[in-house]
Amino acid sequence: MQTKLLGALAAAALLTACASEDTSGAATGAGAAGGAGGMGGLGAGQIRPGSQEDLVANVGDRVFFDTDSSSVRADQRTTLERQAAWLAQYPQVQVVVEGHADERGTREYNLALGQRRASSARDVLVANGVSSGRLSVISYGKDRPAALGSSADAWAQNRRAVTVVR
Amino acid sequence: MTQQNLSLSRRLALMGLGGLVGMPILGAASRARAQAPVPGGTAAGGQVIDITRARTDPIPIALPDFAGGSPAAQQLGQNITRVIANNLRNSGLFRPVERAAYIQTPEAAAAAPRFQDWRVIGAQALVTGRAEPQGDRARIEFRLWEVGSEQQLQGTAYTAAAANWRQIAHVISDVIYERMLGEKGYFDTRIVYIAESGPRDRRVRRLAIMDQDGENHRFLTDGSFQALTPRFHPNARQIAFMSYNNNQPRVYLFNLDSGRQEVLGNFQGMTLSPRFSPDGRNVVLSSARGGDANIYVVDLASRRERQLTSGGGLDVSPCYSPDGSQIVFNSDRGGDQQLYVMDAGGGGARRISFGNGRYATPVWSPRGDLIAFTRISGGRFGIGVMRPDGSGERILSEGWGMEGPSFAPNGRVLTFYRESPARDSRGSGYSARLAMIDIAGFNERQIITPTDATDPSWSPLLSS
Repeated sequence: MQTKLLGALAAAALLTACASEDTSGAATGAGAAGGAGGMGGLGAGQIRPGSQEDLVANVGDRVFFDTDSSSVRADQRTTLERQAAWLAQYPQVQVVVEGHADERGTREYNLALGQRRASSARDVLVANGVSSGRLSVISYGKDRPAALGSSADAWAQNRRAVTVVR
Repeated sequence: MTQQNLSLSRRLALMGLGGLVGMPILGAASRARAQAPVPGGTAAGGQVIDITRARTDPIPIALPDFAGGSPAAQQLGQNITRVIANNLRNSGLFRPVERAAYIQTPEAAAAAPRFQDWRVIGAQALVTGRAEPQGDRARIEFRLWEVGSEQQLQGTAYTAAAANWRQIAHVISDVIYERMLGEKGYFDTRIVYIAESGPRDRRVRRLAIMDQDGENHRFLTDGSFQALTPRFHPNARQIAFMSYNNNQPRVYLFNLDSGRQEVLGNFQGMTLSPRFSPDGRNVVLSSARGGDANIYVVDLASRRERQLTSGGGLDVSPCYSPDGSQIVFNSDRGGDQQLYVMDAGGGGARRISFGNGRYATPVWSPRGDLIAFTRISGGRFGIGVMRPDGSGERILSEGWGMEGPSFAPNGRVLTFYRESPARDSRGSGYSARLAMIDIAGFNERQIITPTDATDPSWSPLLSS
C-alpha cells in the first residue's frame, strides 16, 4: 500500500520536477532522472519527441521493485508497456535500462541485484515487441540513488529500473 | 646476548615505483629480515597471543626517541619513534608508557639501558635506537629489551633511503610485535580503498592507497570513471578492481609499478567482485549475464576463463581459502543471501551461514581459521567472523551500515567501512568511513581519510 502511494507521488513529481526547485525527496528522485539527455538548450514546454524528456514527461522512465526482489510488479508493468509502445513510435531510439538498488544491501550483491532488475525490465520490453538489439542493460547497484535520504520512502524510490535514451 | 644481532645489518633496497604511483616499497633484497633467535621458541616470556588478553592487559612498552648525533638525526629518530609508538598503541595490544615518566634520557638509554629506571615506571619492554642520516640515506639501529630479565630480544640496524623512514619504522614495529607476541605483525602494509566525494547521486569514486596508518596517501585514478572494490594481488604490486570505464562495468587490473590499468577479459555483461588466488595466478570473480550472476575463474597468464557456478541466483563475492583449495562466496540461490563454500574447481557447494539474517561479503582469514562477513539482520548491519564450517559465529561490530571486511595479513585485525545514514532528503549527514577492529571484537578505530571512504583492502606484508 505504501509503495503504491509512493509510485503515485513519484509520478506526480515527474510532471513538476523540471519546472520547480522543489527539493523534497520525491521530486529530487524523479528530477535526477537517469543522467542521459539533460534539458539541453530546450526551455520548459519544448520537449523534443523521442527524447529522454519526452519519455519522462509523457510515458514514465522508471519502474520500482520490492525489497530484494527483481520481479516486475503488476502495478509497474503498465509503465513498461507504455515504454514499449513509445519505443515502437520512435524506432531509431536506442535505450539502456539502468538497474538500481537501495542502500540497505552490500555493494557487490546490489550490483548483481541491479543487473537482475534491469534484465527483468528489459525482458518485459522485449516481450512487448521491442527488438533486443535496441536495448542494453547496466547496473549501478546502490551507488547512484535517485532519492538521497535514508528513509523507507527513499529506498522505495531507489529500487528501480530506469530506461534511458542513448 | 646483548650484541647478538646488531651485526645483522640489512640493506633495504628501497626503490620508487614509476609512473603514477611513485611510492616507495621494499624490493626483493629486503626479504631476509633480521631475526634474532629467541631461546625457547615463540614469544618473549612465553606469551602466546590470546584474543582475551589484550582488552585488559596491553603490554606496557617504553619508546624513548631514537638518539641522534645532530639535530637532523634527532628529528629523524623522533619521527621514527613516534610512528612505532602509534602503530603499537593502535594495535590495542601495547600501551606505550607516558613519555613524561621517563627517567633515563634517550641518549643514555641508547648507550646502555638502566633497567631499574624503566622498571619503576612500569615498562615491561623497552625500545632504544639511534638514527644516523648518511646523505640521502639513513642508518637506523634499534634494540628491543625485556625490562624484567634485562635481556636484549632483538637488535637490528637498517640502512635505507632516508625518504623511506616511515617504512623503516613500520618494519621495526613489526619486529617488536612479533618478538613480543609470537606472531607476525601487519604494520608494513598498505590499504587500497575507494575515495568517495560529491553528492550521493553523482558520487566521484577513485582508487586510493595509503599506508595502514593513513600516511602516504595517494589517489590512483582521477575520478573520470567510477572505481569500486579494489583488492590486492599477493605480491602487493597489482590491484584488481571494478571500473565503469566507457560505461562498461568490468573487472580491471591496476599495476602499481607502471600506473597502467587494463581490462581483465572480454566478458559479456558485467564482471564484478574480483579476488586474486593465493598463488596470484588467477582472479576469481562474478560475471552477470542476463539476470544471473555466476562465479568464474580467470587464468592471468592465458586470460582463459572457467565457469565455477551455474543456475539461477546471484553468486557474488568469491574469496579463496589461503591454501587455494576452497572458495567461499555469497549466493541467494536458496532465497536470500547466504554464505557457501565450494571446491576451488567448482562443485560441492555447501551453505555455512545459518544465523539470523542475510550474510554477505565473505573473506577468508590468511590464517585459514576464520571467515569474516557482513550480516544484515533486523535492519542493522554487522561485521562478524565464523569458522569455515559455519560454527562459532561472533558479531564484532554492529550499526546502521557497515560492510566489506578485509583481513590484515596476520589475520588478527579487520578493516571495513562504516556508514552513517542521511538525516534528510538531500542526503545531508551521510558518511562512509574506514574502520579497523581486532577479531576479538575490541579496539574499533576509525582511519582518517581525506574524503569518504569505502571498500578497503589490506595488502600483504610489503617486506616479508
